[in-house]
Amino acid sequence: MHETQYKLVSCTINGEKRQTMVDVRASLTDMLRNDYSLTSVKKGCEVGECGACNVIIDGECYNSCIYLAVWADGKNIRTLEGLMGPGGELSDIQQAFVDEAAIQCGFCSPGFIMTAVEILESGKEYTDEELRKLLSGHLCRCTGYENILKAVKKTMYKRLGKTE
Amino acid sequence: MYDMKALYEAKSVEDTIALLQKHPEAQIIAGGSDVLVQMREGKRAGAELVSIYGIDALRGVTMEEDGMIRIGSLTSFSHITKDPIIQKYINVLGEAVDMVGGPQIRNIGTIGGNTCNGVTSADSASTLHAWDAIVELTGPEGIRKLPIKEFYLKAGVVDLRPAEIQTAILIPKEAYEGYKGHYIKYAMRNAMDIATTGCSVNVKLSEDKKTMEDVRIAYGVAGPVPMRAPSAEAVAKGQTVTTEHVEAFGKAVLTDIKARTSWRATKEFREHIAVELAKRALTEAIRLAGGEI
Repeated sequence: MHETQYKLVSCTINGEKRQTMVDVRASLTDMLRNDYSLTSVKKGCEVGECGACNVIIDGECYNSCIYLAVWADGKNIRTLEGLMGPGGELSDIQQAFVDEAAIQCGFCSPGFIMTAVEILESGKEYTDEELRKLLSGHLCRCTGYENILKAVKKTMYKRLGKTE
Repeated sequence: MYDMKALYEAKSVEDTIALLQKHPEAQIIAGGSDVLVQMREGKRAGAELVSIYGIDALRGVTMEEDGMIRIGSLTSFSHITKDPIIQKYINVLGEAVDMVGGPQIRNIGTIGGNTCNGVTSADSASTLHAWDAIVELTGPEGIRKLPIKEFYLKAGVVDLRPAEIQTAILIPKEAYEGYKGHYIKYAMRNAMDIATTGCSVNVKLSEDKKTMEDVRIAYGVAGPVPMRAPSAEAVAKGQTVTTEHVEAFGKAVLTDIKARTSWRATKEFREHIAVELAKRALTEAIRLAGGEI
């Protein structure tokens, strides 16, 4: 047996500066779940296909299962937990998922919602076709995607102050 | 946890070369969307890795004084698509890499990784072949540059010497000036799929937009490595812009390609779509270049 290699990883997670020693073999999913108890980051396929582990790193979405934890050093990471309001309120996009029945089992939801956050924060207006493409990195076996598309679209128009 | 023996994080290109010399068995990991997945599958299990992901100097698209477009090897697909230089001069490359995997994959996947894995289905590879791209490699003996065609040796194998690292993809001015191109990916799904066949065509029209001064075409998955179709190019070059000449160009690709049957598609089906894609991509490239057809 060879010695386990560790590295000190300092990063910002949901607005807070954090640091911990991680095993260099760990994925970012491993670190977020095991070291920081951020269990919205789901372990799905673990090969970058399903999007259940999606998080925002420096403003862009990444599947954290195929992102080494050591690469997170110095980065700004956001997970679904960071969307919660001061009194535990849901954010507008989370509420839209509830209202539009865009959730059934909930396993894909955190990943989907973080992609939706990146889309909404761009401040742009997208067509249905563009939204479908932007959301295409996630698998959902319950909803058939239509309600997810509706939830994102509704929130997009709301934030832009427009009607559909 | 990934089954890796050791991880060495390189801080610069020089550091990468030194680490690769010190650990000759180690493999390079860029964005990791191939390496980590293969490690998970057991194919690279127990490997030593040299991570180059942190070398920001290898990111970004720039234009050099002589008009050469330089794409740093670690530039992600999504950054290539959004880049103003790419959009202005070689938009088809941005469009092609916008068809890789899904959005998250396009944020982590790099153009260097896409070419160094030597895979024929890589969405960037056919367009880079069709635009006479040059691969810049940096090793212990310094920098060498070679045409992308020579970089691909055989399926899954590229001309990377020991302790060498790909540092940039270059597109010379004469290769893009006056050209317009189009890429078509044929796959079973719209997202998260690998091309059954991909075809990239570009054309340079005469001033009156009536003659095809130059036509270049390259395929992914029409042979063991990405390839050009020189016979088809010769058929179309210098011809007038007519549907007959586009038709003849499409037929001629069969002389060049070496399609085979795999679990994704049969040889016959691949040949059929190769002809169809060539015609459609050329027609669209002509339109983009201002020609009427």
